Amino acid sequence: MKIQTILGISLIGATLFATSANADVRDIRIGVDVPYEPMEFRTPDGELTGFDIELGNALCAEIGIQCEWVVQGWDGIIPGLMARKYDAIMSSMTINDDRRKQVLFSDPYFTPPSAWFAPSDSAIEVPYPQTLEGMTIGVQRGTLQDNYVTDNFGDVADVNRYATADDMVLDMDAGRLDIVFLDFPVGKATLIDSNAGDYKVIGEMITEPKEYFGDGFGIAFRQRDEDLAQAFNEALSTLKDNGTYEEIYGEYFGSK
Amino acid sequence: MESLTTWIEGLLANNDIFTLQTLSYYGEGLTTTVQLVFLSLIIGLILAVPLAIGRGSKHQWIKMPIFFYCYVFRGTPLLVQLYLIYYGVVFIEGIQDTWLWVILEKPFVPALIAFTLNTAAYTTEIFRGAIKSTARGEIEAARAYGMSWWLMMRRIVLPSAFRRALPAYGNEVIFMLHASAIASVVTIMDLTGAARFVYARFYAPFDAFLFVAAIYLCLTFSILYLFRYLEKRLLAHLKPSGQ
Repeated sequence: MKIQTILGISLIGATLFATSANADVRDIRIGVDVPYEPMEFRTPDGELTGFDIELGNALCAEIGIQCEWVVQGWDGIIPGLMARKYDAIMSSMTINDDRRKQVLFSDPYFTPPSAWFAPSDSAIEVPYPQTLEGMTIGVQRGTLQDNYVTDNFGDVADVNRYATADDMVLDMDAGRLDIVFLDFPVGKATLIDSNAGDYKVIGEMITEPKEYFGDGFGIAFRQRDEDLAQAFNEALSTLKDNGTYEEIYGEYFGSK
Repeated sequence: MESLTTWIEGLLANNDIFTLQTLSYYGEGLTTTVQLVFLSLIIGLILAVPLAIGRGSKHQWIKMPIFFYCYVFRGTPLLVQLYLIYYGVVFIEGIQDTWLWVILEKPFVPALIAFTLNTAAYTTEIFRGAIKSTARGEIEAARAYGMSWWLMMRRIVLPSAFRRALPAYGNEVIFMLHASAIASVVTIMDLTGAARFVYARFYAPFDAFLFVAAIYLCLTFSILYLFRYLEKRLLAHLKPSGQ
């Protein structure tokens, strides 16, 4: 037997052994929908980054597994998890009862408010169904903001549903939308921070009713992967205790 | 009406997905799809007839622009054309202040423009082929009768060309119906848009898309039936004798 063959076989053996040492929680793939600044987006050179990505990588490092990010459009993100295209979703997904029927959630790792954004010359002061009558509202399709707007404003206003947040911002710039309803951090990053002075927040931060806005963002797993969810919950509480969570949070949203 | 609503509600009891509300989305989607496809086909057809005649013209400056238009619209995906017309136009400086913005603001008209231009390009090519294949003898006979060019087109060439184009045009109508499924990318709630909404809300791909597929099948079936009827009436002379 040639020396290369022996080396090759032992290398394969070593790799097999190395993976089986950590057999209880294996390396995983995590589904994410980009762009959704500042939670997940690409840097100008194409690298994935954002609060979810950095926290996810920190969690995986804490558990001691390799995590690979898989980019998947939002409206197929839960079916993709079921179809085993990836093993977890960490993509600003709000925990709510409808989704709990389909997936298993980790503990919440972040609780963002939703908020209304409109051009700075907009006359809307408080968004009630009466004040938004006949207006065009933009939401991202299939989000909890979509459900909230559809149920509460769908009868009086036009609801335009977009596949990505970027398309929505483009149409807002074009003047096709009177107002949009978004996760506050995302709206702040894409509308306010990158177009100084063109847009403003309308009304207050919205986190109620719980029936729509749920309990914050969670990492979603398949129902049967309880061990995996457990491992992420433990890692999350460790990161919160040792200050790593605080550090990443500060980087994206300023200190608490 | 009241009893109909209660009857439907009874049928839908214990059903999370197909409630009266989601069915009304599908209903509105059906109306939008039919309007969009029907209008773009009608306008496309009206545009295609002169274009097809011009496409066969001897004059380069009539023929070439039409050839170029057909080449561009048949050579690029409809989705790209739709994106250009809906999202692209907003980058034209100051368009928001012109009268054009009134029609381009809502997604329906940009989608209608994209679909119309696309179907007109295909229909032009279909008609051109049919006009070109008019039997030489018919044209010579018309000339021998002393018909003017216009009279010959109207009485001889176009009627027989339309008949020959009918089967191919039937295909184009069905393709257009299926192509209209992309309207939902520019926020139009057409049939597919309604299905995507239901899918995203209930995470039920099978229920949402099988239901909409069934509606598309019904639409396709009616189109097929209509064209079968037209072919039977208008192409009766081409049937093998004795049948």
